[in-house]
Amino acid sequence: MIPGRHRMGLVAGAALGAIALAMALVSLVWTPFDVTGVDVANRLLPPGGAHPLGTDHLGRDLLSMVMIGARTSLSVALLAVGIGAAVGVPLGLAAAASRGGWLDEAIMRAGDLVFAFPALVTAILITAALGPSAANAMLAIGIFNIPVFARVTRAGALPLWTLDYIRAAEISGKGPARISAEHILPNVASLLIVQGTIQFALGILAEAGLSYVGLGAQPPTPSWGRMLADAQTMVTLAPHVAVVPGLAIVLTVLGLNLLGDGLRDALDPRLKARLT
Amino acid sequence: MLARRLALLALALVVASAVIFAVVDLVPGDPAVFVLGTGARPDTLAALRQQLGLDLPWPTRYARWLGGVLTGDLGTSLAYKAPVAGMILDRVQVSLPLALMALGLAVAVALPVGMLAASRRGRPADALAMGAAQVGIALPNFWFAMLLVLVFAVKLRWLPAGGFPGWSDPLAALRALVLPAVALALPQAAILARVLRSALIETLGQDYIRSARAKGLSRAQVLRRHALRNALIPVLTILGMQFSFLLAGAIIIENVFYLPGLGRLIFQAISQRDLVVVQSAVLVLVAAVILVTFLVDLAYAAVDPRLRGR
Repeated sequence: MIPGRHRMGLVAGAALGAIALAMALVSLVWTPFDVTGVDVANRLLPPGGAHPLGTDHLGRDLLSMVMIGARTSLSVALLAVGIGAAVGVPLGLAAAASRGGWLDEAIMRAGDLVFAFPALVTAILITAALGPSAANAMLAIGIFNIPVFARVTRAGALPLWTLDYIRAAEISGKGPARISAEHILPNVASLLIVQGTIQFALGILAEAGLSYVGLGAQPPTPSWGRMLADAQTMVTLAPHVAVVPGLAIVLTVLGLNLLGDGLRDALDPRLKARLT
Repeated sequence: MLARRLALLALALVVASAVIFAVVDLVPGDPAVFVLGTGARPDTLAALRQQLGLDLPWPTRYARWLGGVLTGDLGTSLAYKAPVAGMILDRVQVSLPLALMALGLAVAVALPVGMLAASRRGRPADALAMGAAQVGIALPNFWFAMLLVLVFAVKLRWLPAGGFPGWSDPLAALRALVLPAVALALPQAAILARVLRSALIETLGQDYIRSARAKGLSRAQVLRRHALRNALIPVLTILGMQFSFLLAGAIIIENVFYLPGLGRLIFQAISQRDLVVVQSAVLVLVAAVILVTFLVDLAYAAVDPRLRGR
């Protein structure tokens, strides 16, 4: 191992994640330009000058668009992680508590079934039934996150149930629900934080994909995926309109993945081999 | 054991079909109105609804659809007035070769990169390969696809930017699938290389590897003959999961390259409220994922004799 490499990754990842978060938060109160209007005189300007990242086909400032897009991407992905964890973690705890029982089997098989519906297919079905929106994109990604969290929780919890102090708690009369909440959950928390970071990154990619094909955030809400969809026809004229939002996605996802890897190593070096 | 697995497989397929049917059934909008227009007379609408079987209760409609799936008769598309089974078959001829090409490319890239990184663990080559993999995982494949088009289709004019000429000219058809397959494969190759590297590193630490080295095999021989085979289990698991991602990813990539695949069919059918097409096309995608997962489970036993009979 190159010494400090993972510490470096952790720092770089945290920095990239913090920049994305800061952009999203600052955009709530301030953006360099107003993006609700059209400024045809300044359309497709290359990066530099008053518009550090250039302008798009309607003359909107790309830096401002990326900042507001960060809000959409981060909130959709974060809430999708929330949905996945809120439903998946209790299911995983219950499956582990009934280890090998019918409940365990039922939860795991149901998870397999959800995995058979790729997030995008789920999103298409939900969109068909409820109409396209950022909320429905979040729901689709969130549903896909549920079995991920259930599996990770179960895998982390199963070996704990054989430990002596859990046995002791059982003998002292605590029920499985209470043991899961008091003893199991705190011990799988680090696993869940790592998985949450990874699902956050995957969620940003998924949201971008859904918005790109028109199943996510709807106009006029800027999102990174929609910016790329708008850029597709312009890419030969002005490559920067495609490069800027794409780089925003890559850097944010890269940052979150580095953060996840770094956290995993920092929280529990033994996990390194188990999770790749 | 095989009988139990086959029963579970059948159950999974039936449950999946029920979920798809239920969700598609929730879709608002009357297909009859879509075909005849909002100005149609109520009795004409009712007649069409009866003809389409829309007036029947849902258990009957579900049973009819499932029966049709089993006999290969998926009904008739409302928008194209063509048999749905034929339409899906046409589209599979684009989607399946695309997914397979992407999977093949991903393996072809990941195998040497993962092996190199594992054998040079902690050295610059490893750091470089894994750094590249991190970037590969973070790339949205449709964005990468746009950049590929910009460079290889627009600037260099080596490959077509989109569209599909059909298989009557196999070479042109393959050329049309190259850029989409590369775009789909890159992120998968990155994930695969990482999994392979860590699986190899774990097996390389085992005692029997030391024994093999002690009996005089070179590092490269040990890697190829002993470690690779044992590292295949996690790699197979990921490959199975990746097939599902490839199918889903293909839906977006088909849109970037205007490829007439299953994904674009589903999109077009949804916007036209052609629900007969939607439910069957989605079922084909989901059934493919379920079948691949099943086959991967069987493949474990082939790779690892210890898992036979479990």
